[in-house]
Amino acid sequence: MFESLSERLSGILDKLTRRGALTEEDVNAAMREVRRALLEADVALDVVRSFTDKVRARAVGQEVIRSVTPGQQVIKIVHDTLVDMLGSDARPIDLEAPAPVAIMMVGLQGSGKTTTTAKIGLRLTARSRRKVLLASLDTRRPAAQEQLRVLGAQNDVDTLPIVAGQSPTQIAERAMTAGRLGGYDVVILDTAGRIHIDEQLMLEMAEIKRVAKPHEILLVADALTGQDAVNLAKSFDERVGLTGIVLTRMDGDGRGGAALSMRAVTGKPIKLIGVGEKADALEDFDPARIAGRILGMGDIVALVERA
Amino acid sequence: ARTSSSLTTGITAIFTKRKLDAATLEELEDVLIQADLGLDTAMRITETLRRDRFDKEISDEEVRAVLAAEVEKVLAPHAVPLTIDPAKKPHVVLVVGVNGTGKTTTIGKLSAELTRAGRSVILCAGDTFRAAAIDQLRIWGGRVGAPVIAREPGADAAGLAFDALKQARDEGRDVLIIDTAGRLQNKAELMAELEKIVRVLKKQDPEAPHSVLLTLDATTGQNALNQVEIFGRVAGVTGLVMTKLDGTARGGILVAIAAKFKLPIHYIGVGEGIDDLEPFDAADFAKAIAGLER
Ligand SMILES: Nc1nc2c(ncn2[C@@H]2O[C@H](COP(=O)(O)OP(=O)(O)OP(=O)(O)O)[C@@H](O)[C@H]2O)c(=O)[nH]1
Ligand SMILES: Nc1nc2c(ncn2[C@@H]2O[C@H](COP(=O)(O)OP(=O)(O)OP(=O)(O)O)[C@@H](O)[C@H]2O)c(=O)[nH]1
Ligand SMILES: [Mg+2]
Ligand SMILES: [Mg+2]
Repeated sequence: MFESLSERLSGILDKLTRRGALTEEDVNAAMREVRRALLEADVALDVVRSFTDKVRARAVGQEVIRSVTPGQQVIKIVHDTLVDMLGSDARPIDLEAPAPVAIMMVGLQGSGKTTTTAKIGLRLTARSRRKVLLASLDTRRPAAQEQLRVLGAQNDVDTLPIVAGQSPTQIAERAMTAGRLGGYDVVILDTAGRIHIDEQLMLEMAEIKRVAKPHEILLVADALTGQDAVNLAKSFDERVGLTGIVLTRMDGDGRGGAALSMRAVTGKPIKLIGVGEKADALEDFDPARIAGRILGMGDIVALVERA
Repeated sequence: ARTSSSLTTGITAIFTKRKLDAATLEELEDVLIQADLGLDTAMRITETLRRDRFDKEISDEEVRAVLAAEVEKVLAPHAVPLTIDPAKKPHVVLVVGVNGTGKTTTIGKLSAELTRAGRSVILCAGDTFRAAAIDQLRIWGGRVGAPVIAREPGADAAGLAFDALKQARDEGRDVLIIDTAGRLQNKAELMAELEKIVRVLKKQDPEAPHSVLLTLDATTGQNALNQVEIFGRVAGVTGLVMTKLDGTARGGILVAIAAKFKLPIHYIGVGEGIDDLEPFDAADFAKAIAGLER
């Protein structure tokens, strides 16, 4: 759909016949194209600014090595900076805490919390051989608790029995007790979707945290999110203290710029990505792959290896 | 809301300058970008401002009003209410969209509105895939007093839709609303399934579905353009509903969509409750984008 960034940058920079160091002028022209590419990929405007500043600082004065064109040289710098900012360190879910380890899932309505709860439950059961209990604290959305129960049953992961009339914090307490008594290694708490300016629900979330003392608090966010990614990630982090982010719907054709926005604004690692509706559609986060996607370049890896 | 207050401060800061010069216009462009209008649409709108007002002294209130007016100009022709044809028994409404965008909830709210207006509504639980999707629609049906036609999970959605239309006809219902499973528009197989639902409905009534509503999540960024394009092509979308505008996302991509696809925009969703569906109002929407009070 869009002309790829590499084509655009080559178009601008490769006209320069002279070789040698990249000048400030070259780099500024290139940064306008980088800005456009990042905005088209939904990277938040403020993050785009700090990103292009970083790249500019790295690129001006850089020697263009013989094996590549100036356009390719800049792309490599852009790509490497993006990977750095996305976090090149893989961070799996941390279970280093006394059992039962609580994992709390939070996020906006419909972002994929319940589905991801089941996915993580399946992964920890099947791959890491943990005994996992899933609990839905969503007493608001119609059939939310039933949804998690069905997902648990489909994937042979235990779910906390549904008791009508309990509040989310009461369910959290009951889940942790059941976790202890039942000898579970991990208890995953699926919470109701909430908009980050809904004061009452944000307070409720903090209360659940107080009761369950989760070791991981994961923000589940849609990879298709636009500029609002910064507001939502910042608000959830401020109110509850995130330990990581899960990006869902990475199987879509969105460019996923929200990943960069949320990482940049919270500093919290992106731990996992959702790549489908089925319970096994969960993958580890790979910053290089996402970087290529944000830049709209599938061929980036080969290019970068050459440079 | 947070964004609107940050927009407000953004624009207030602009106003210490008083003149609509290049720097001010750039800041206005930023305001639009941050509301998800996308770079091209944001640039087009600020360009109009530049042409008409460049270097004029202009007050704080005025600049916001001018910005809102430009956005409103794009949207206003597309603010069209959903009309139900009373001659159709039933008028078939198919609701489609990406996962989690608010299809089922919108159906609940819309059913409530139609029921209040005295129409007899029947629902079809066409999402046979997602866990407890049928139960979710049943609960909404119970809230509004509309019966729900459903089959077991995993059943063929097109076959179910066909039977639902037959039943709704037999019962002489005014409106049949069909829920569908969420799907990403780049999944060919799932889109083909949607096409099949439309095809089997036409076997009974060549004009059905009479309305095909696409739900768009206000937090979605530029990808919403692809959603409209592909759902439009495959399912013949006739109108849009933008959900989750009760948050801080401004849903500005709708401006780009309106300009490009010229589809009617019927409703906005402003919460999870039964009454949280409002007719789309171009002026209100534009004001919110420009940071003016709604
Ligand atoms: N394609 C795709 N769909 C997903 C993914 N993750 C979740 N979904 C779908 O997104 C929709 C919403 O997912 P849920 O898990 O119900 O979201 P939630 O955050 O629990 O929603 P609420 O509880 O209503 O706030 C469902 O249709 C899921 O099947 C993903 O990674 N890819
Ligand atoms: N705040 C807010 N939440 C909404 C709105 N519309 C829907 N929701 C919530 O968003 C979540 C997803 O809504 P659903 O109606 O289940 O979405 P869907 O498109 O049917 O989802 P799938 O069937 O899984 O694809 C639920 O938690 C709803 O309560 C809205 O206008 N505002
Ligand atoms: Mg849920
Ligand atoms: Mg649904």
